[in-house]
Amino acid sequence: MKLLYFAWVRERIGLAEEDVTPPADVATVADLVAWLAPRSAGHAAAFADPARLRAAVDQAFVPLDTPVAGAREVAIFPPVTGG
Amino acid sequence: MIRVLVSREPIDIAGEFARVEQGGAVATFTGLVRADDGVATLELEHYPGATEAALTRLAEEARARWSLTAATIVHRVGPMTPGERIVFVGTCSAHRAAALDACAFLIDRLKTDAPFWKRETVDGASRWVEARAADDHAAARWT
Repeated sequence: MKLLYFAWVRERIGLAEEDVTPPADVATVADLVAWLAPRSAGHAAAFADPARLRAAVDQAFVPLDTPVAGAREVAIFPPVTGG
Repeated sequence: MIRVLVSREPIDIAGEFARVEQGGAVATFTGLVRADDGVATLELEHYPGATEAALTRLAEEARARWSLTAATIVHRVGPMTPGERIVFVGTCSAHRAAALDACAFLIDRLKTDAPFWKRETVDGASRWVEARAADDHAAARWT
């Protein structure tokens, strides 16, 4: 699946996007975050406090307990601050 | 008529206003970059594609709920300075209450439901703007 990162999540990881193939036991967005955290120091820093993260699956905002099975695109980012 | 635009270009108020005047009552909101706490520059990041979809969903929800004849949301992205327009919302309905309520709904909800992130520079230091609980409360009154 394609992962997209925005704002300080993107900056801490040092990537705007990456392609990953998570194992079958990664069922939800929260599982995905936990699985990604050890990939690098940047991932660990970005995902240190999951309560500060928000997500979108296939471009729709979702809670972190949302399943990711079949998702093409998962975005992980801080709470939004537009307007 | 629904119009959603996410652009790096300055917001053309006159053009947007003219497009939203479809007869009856027009309400508009314009947000300007504030110089709070010495903010020198503001940069807006967004999620291309998802942003436009989120704004279109909000505009369609407002159109259905208040029988709007027009709804416009224009949001600036990229670098800006204090005084520049960051967002414009316009609504048109047969009567003023619907236009005013729909306009307030759109600006409240876009602050919590559309993927934009603000980064400000103060005294040469850059920081991401934290989400505000007050914005969540403002958005929640429309549910």
